[in-house]
Amino acid sequence: MITLDTIMQGILLGGLYALFAAGLSLVFGIMRLVNLAHGDLIVLSAYLILVIASAFGLHPFLAVLVAAPVMFAAGWLLQTHVLNSVLGDNLLPPLLVTFGLSVVIQNGLLEGFSANSQKLSAGSIETQSLQLGSLSLGIMPLLTLATAVLVIFALNRLFYTTALGRAFRATSDDTVTARLMGIRPNRIFAIATGLSLVVSCIAAVYLGTRANFDPSIGPARLLYAFEAVIIGGLGSLWGTLAGGIVIGLAQAIGAAVNPEWQILAGHLAFVAVLLVSPRGLFPRAND
Amino acid sequence: MNNPCHTLSRVAATLLSLITIGALFAVPFFAPRAIVQDLFGVLTLLVLALNWNMLAGFAGLVSVGQQAFVGIGAYAMFAAVILWGLDPMVGILIGGLAATLFAIPMAFFTFRLNGAYFAIGTWVVADISRLTAGQWMALGGGTGTSLPKGTARDMFGVEAIKEVLDVSSAAAADALTYWVALTLTLLLLVASYLFLRSRMGLGLQAIRDNANAARSVGVDPVRIKVAVFIFTALGTGLCGALMFMQITRVTPDAAFSVIDWTAFVIFVVVIGGIGTLPGPIIGVAVFYCLQRLMADYGTAYLIVLGLLGIPIMLFARRGLWGTFVDRTGLEILPLRHLAPPRRCSEDVSRLAASQPANGMENRRSVTSI
Repeated sequence: MITLDTIMQGILLGGLYALFAAGLSLVFGIMRLVNLAHGDLIVLSAYLILVIASAFGLHPFLAVLVAAPVMFAAGWLLQTHVLNSVLGDNLLPPLLVTFGLSVVIQNGLLEGFSANSQKLSAGSIETQSLQLGSLSLGIMPLLTLATAVLVIFALNRLFYTTALGRAFRATSDDTVTARLMGIRPNRIFAIATGLSLVVSCIAAVYLGTRANFDPSIGPARLLYAFEAVIIGGLGSLWGTLAGGIVIGLAQAIGAAVNPEWQILAGHLAFVAVLLVSPRGLFPRAND
Repeated sequence: MNNPCHTLSRVAATLLSLITIGALFAVPFFAPRAIVQDLFGVLTLLVLALNWNMLAGFAGLVSVGQQAFVGIGAYAMFAAVILWGLDPMVGILIGGLAATLFAIPMAFFTFRLNGAYFAIGTWVVADISRLTAGQWMALGGGTGTSLPKGTARDMFGVEAIKEVLDVSSAAAADALTYWVALTLTLLLLVASYLFLRSRMGLGLQAIRDNANAARSVGVDPVRIKVAVFIFTALGTGLCGALMFMQITRVTPDAAFSVIDWTAFVIFVVVIGGIGTLPGPIIGVAVFYCLQRLMADYGTAYLIVLGLLGIPIMLFARRGLWGTFVDRTGLEILPLRHLAPPRRCSEDVSRLAASQPANGMENRRSVTSI
């Protein structure tokens, strides 16, 4: 039975997927980089937050503030030292390098933290909920969706109202001309990847407080995130939010029909959208 | 062309490969069972690598969904044996057929997508097939199922091999699956070579090198690429069925594993040399050595594999074999056509007049399409 409750849960779940996808959308939109390690980078951020939170006894939400600059630096170094040299028309080099990174991160985490599942503890806020008539909505899911909207709003402001955003868009549309105008694409790309990992850090807090995580769950998150980006359309951040909500809704409705169909329903929604519109719902840039 | 030295090296190469093939076929007669099983693993990985190399290296189709065909091949084989009571050898053929049939609707969907979208699209389709296989209750649902005890012993040919080799049923079954894997590998190598040297194969490489130029001389990219996609689905499906017949147990997560059946295969091909025929062979050898050397350190060889793949993509795009060919100029299994002496001379000179700057190989490929 599909009720209002199911739909609300789906939209809230969509907020989490939009957070997974926002960083990916940024990188994919600006430099067409297929980052297959994105899911594992989110999981890596979650472990980083876990370590910081337990070492200093911090609340996860505060630990993010420490983890985010670290991940920004990691993203910057990753882009300048590795990913910049594999960008180009050929899809394979970035795909392979990020796949390699994914395997390295996964197995590295497995060696370092074992396969035991971990959880970030956010305290009593985890169990609180808000009563809206007959609906009961968890505070954490609401906070997740609100954060997703906020992150995407902030990224959009950055994209359309700042000089850096103009440089992002220019490099996305035409790297060669952007270079002629005095933009250094490699630096722009490094900032973009750094920002994408900061967003991953934010996503990681919600991933870690919502449910257990272990080193192997990255690829599945990557797949949901990519589905959201592709459904939304290349280069459209609000589209990514819409894509996340489409996947979240489909999964919630599928799970309401049969709990085993949750993920399947999300994938089928993805296939259905692409059959109708192969470039997604709101494509901004040409690929 | 008719350089005696060239002919001599060709004869030597043919002789050497015939001896190698003969020795490989003879392995179960003298080697212990562990070696036969190891070689089986190497050969099946090679089959997967040859197929993915054909897709990505030659047809430019970077698929991350090959595990769909492995899984479907395995599940169809299990269904044939458990539900319909067929011989596992027939089951393998059914596995290949099922994967081929699945590739047709999959191509309809994924060929609408380009580049990165194609990669993610194939992955999603593979995940859909994994989740669907988990719903197949007759084959154990999400927890999977095993082949009935004694399936291997009753398999066609096992009794005869047991007699000839004078070994246990299990060892005879291993020998049989090994021979099937070896035959599949050789068939695939020969088929790939002949296909790539054929009209269609030349068209394929022309598309990869310059899609617009190829189209302008009448090559239909979609038709050839769909053909390759379906052909490699057959090879991958057969291989999947064969591997899981040897494992004798199937679960959705193992049969549709993106890491095992696609990620490692990509590394193997890239490390060996993508877009070359000997590349996957070299890559499989490297993979096997790494696995052996680091057997005591758990998953460390996976980290090393990842760390090995990244610099190769950064500094030596053509992999070990490609770099070797570039350095030495030595080429085994060349895919280019030299200027054909049997072609009428005015044809060649006419073309030479129209495009004087082009090399001989280009001319041949233009005239043949």
